[in-house]
Amino acid sequence: MDKQNWEPKIAAFVCNWCTYTGADLAGTSRLKYPANCKIIRVMCSGSIDPVFILKAFERGADGVLVSGCHPNDCHYNAGNFHARRRWDFFHELLDFIGIEKGRLQFSWISASEGKKFADVITKVTEDIKAMGPFTAYKKMNSEFTIDFPEEPSELPEPEFQENSDKETE
Amino acid sequence: MKIGVFICHCGENISSTVDCPRVADVCRTYTGVEYSVDYKYMCSDPGQNLIKDAIHKYNLDAIVVGSCSPHMHERTFRNAAVSAGINPFMVEIANLREHCSWVHDNIEAATRKAIELMRMAIEKVKRDKPLTKIKVPITKRVLVIGGGIAGIQAALDTANAGYEVVLVEKEPSIGGHMSQLSETFPTLDCSQCILTPRMVEVHQHPKIKLMTYSEVERVEGFIGNFKVTIKKKARHINEDKCSGCGMCITKCPIKKKAYNSFEEDLAFRPAVYVPFPQAIPNIPVIDETVCTYYKTGKCGMCVKVCDREAIDFGQKDTIHVADVGAIIVATGFKLYNIDKKSADSKYKGYGEYGYGKYRDVIDGLQFERIASASGPTSGEIKRPSDGRVPKKIAFIQCVGSRDDSKGISYCSKICCMYTAKQAMLYRHKVHDGEAYIFYMDIRAGGKMYEEFVRRAIEEDKVKYIRGRVSRIYEEDGKYIVKGEDTLAGMPVEIDADMVVLATAMIPQDGAESLARTIGIPYDKYGFFNEAHPKLRPVESTTAGVFLAGACQSPKDIPESVSMASAAASKAIILFANDTLEREPVVAKVNEDICAGCFYCMKVCPFGAVEVKDVKDINGIVYKEVAYINQGVCQGCGTCTATCLSKSIELAGFNNEEIFAEIAAL
Repeated sequence: MDKQNWEPKIAAFVCNWCTYTGADLAGTSRLKYPANCKIIRVMCSGSIDPVFILKAFERGADGVLVSGCHPNDCHYNAGNFHARRRWDFFHELLDFIGIEKGRLQFSWISASEGKKFADVITKVTEDIKAMGPFTAYKKMNSEFTIDFPEEPSELPEPEFQENSDKETE
Repeated sequence: MKIGVFICHCGENISSTVDCPRVADVCRTYTGVEYSVDYKYMCSDPGQNLIKDAIHKYNLDAIVVGSCSPHMHERTFRNAAVSAGINPFMVEIANLREHCSWVHDNIEAATRKAIELMRMAIEKVKRDKPLTKIKVPITKRVLVIGGGIAGIQAALDTANAGYEVVLVEKEPSIGGHMSQLSETFPTLDCSQCILTPRMVEVHQHPKIKLMTYSEVERVEGFIGNFKVTIKKKARHINEDKCSGCGMCITKCPIKKKAYNSFEEDLAFRPAVYVPFPQAIPNIPVIDETVCTYYKTGKCGMCVKVCDREAIDFGQKDTIHVADVGAIIVATGFKLYNIDKKSADSKYKGYGEYGYGKYRDVIDGLQFERIASASGPTSGEIKRPSDGRVPKKIAFIQCVGSRDDSKGISYCSKICCMYTAKQAMLYRHKVHDGEAYIFYMDIRAGGKMYEEFVRRAIEEDKVKYIRGRVSRIYEEDGKYIVKGEDTLAGMPVEIDADMVVLATAMIPQDGAESLARTIGIPYDKYGFFNEAHPKLRPVESTTAGVFLAGACQSPKDIPESVSMASAAASKAIILFANDTLEREPVVAKVNEDICAGCFYCMKVCPFGAVEVKDVKDINGIVYKEVAYINQGVCQGCGTCTATCLSKSIELAGFNNEEIFAEIAAL
């Protein structure tokens, strides 16, 4: 892979009430940040299953961001506390299984922190860029594709980006 | 499944950085997409008609709209889908404006991201299931917590609309802080004269059940169906028999063992007492901690003088349960005690001002009592230490407020006005007295407020000094106030006879534990959080719980009253329907694979998880599984991530849907 032109793919799992709204505020304030990060909205950071993150890495994400409301600000009172406890543990586990800790990042971003959202996304993108592509799972995927027959057939091709280029050219 | 894709240009908001026709073209190539189109304004009437026509023409099962944030127009597009016969939860929004076009400059990168966002939404909508809104019945009764002016107003408004109200007050009488005030700014109306008629109205209202000397112990349930447990503390007086004659109070031999908290500790009260003469209800309370009967078993003077046999030493606390549909929290504030603080206190004290050490250094509420016609000095301004009339008073504003070093960064809002009022009252009562006010800024935003402060300065010759006070110490019976005049650029020293500190407003004692009991969030100071700071200021984030008055942030009387009326009208709006419709985003247990570990029960912030017995054909229980009460569940999904057997799914955000989004990343 050409490291110069490589753009990381980042998944952000954010809660509906604070961080998603904070991201909306970043938009309404016309703050600029890199386009590498795509948001997956969940109702509460407490509902983010560690499996989601592994799945994201498996599906080619180079980095994952998890963000929710500040402690004590949770729309559901305590969801983010459960999330925090879970992530402290899961972060160590990721390190243990050989995924660099910096690929999974956490932050608390409230609905009023549009600027912080833009800053966090910029920083995460830079961090992941510095780390380079996350290849471990991708390699595994390409070697053992036959082992995943249950994958729904409707899913688009992994090499989507090249396809879309051709279409427009 | 046939999916329709609709890309909005939002005028030029999206189309300036995202190539909308190209996004629509690419989406058309995805499996399942039957129809894909871009349009200038999707939320406009023609735009919505475009969606409706497409649904009819192509027989669509689901739609994906690439537009602004779902927080903006999700409802619009869902309604459009419903009117064309599609389930509203078969609509997904890809946020192409706030999360894409507005935050990126590069057209190519933004267009790619837009396509990817659309792809994620399309994959999710393929797995969406039609959901129906949940209907819940409503109990049309309101619980009002706190009997200050906010609680009184909220209770009266709701009761006058025809609904029953349970008003719970922890003190023996309703009235709150407003009943302690002397006169109110900016009109100098007598506070009690305008408040007591309202208190009487509450007492006599057939729809209001008044529970004084009571506290909310537990709150269960959810909007429309709360079950509240209230502890009524023992007054040791039979309320049905007592006529409020007050003989027990006058005859009680224990006169000087307890401070009168209504008089802000400036006077004593007997062991049996009513907080103040106009108390509602006018029924005394026996204070067990000082009453001789509870120490020695003797005395019983009150029993002898009570000809209605209302004294009941054996009375116990009682527990009452009320079913209510809405809760209005109006617990109010207290003043920050600026005395030296213990190490574990959240706030640091102001030892340098000598509060608690010098008896003539008092706080704003104590001055209100001194200035009040019904107060310990009958309205004459006198020093608490020796009863002399002070010829020079120094008022100090922002004691605690706006001081990061003391732990309170906010402005307490009312101090500028009440200090001006107090200085004015002092000048009206002591004509040869001098009033000095140390201030940081004068914040007099409000109708006739600025004029009021100008009146204090110009007509009543109150001397305003802009600067902080560093120290107060006693010298020859005077209090030397050392401060700085920042406008003159020099230090000042005033030999005052009395010092009044405008201390910060902080939340009432126990506000945080009450918040946890009800399940509403609070900020770092302990003020309750509103659902939206601009647009939903009287609602808490918990559905069916509304906020009124200074429990949400520092407020003056008119603001508290208007907030209380607003909260009451929110409750009345809720009661306008017999049943309640709520979003079906709730968790559901797959009972076949639930292992019955009940971790979900431990993590649920709302207590929505119950134990359900699964019976076999003979009616014998063979396993216990988790059951989620759909009325209580708020849909956070914490249980779904905690569930070990993955048997809980959050409708609208289930694992399959999220995995599909991840896969389309």
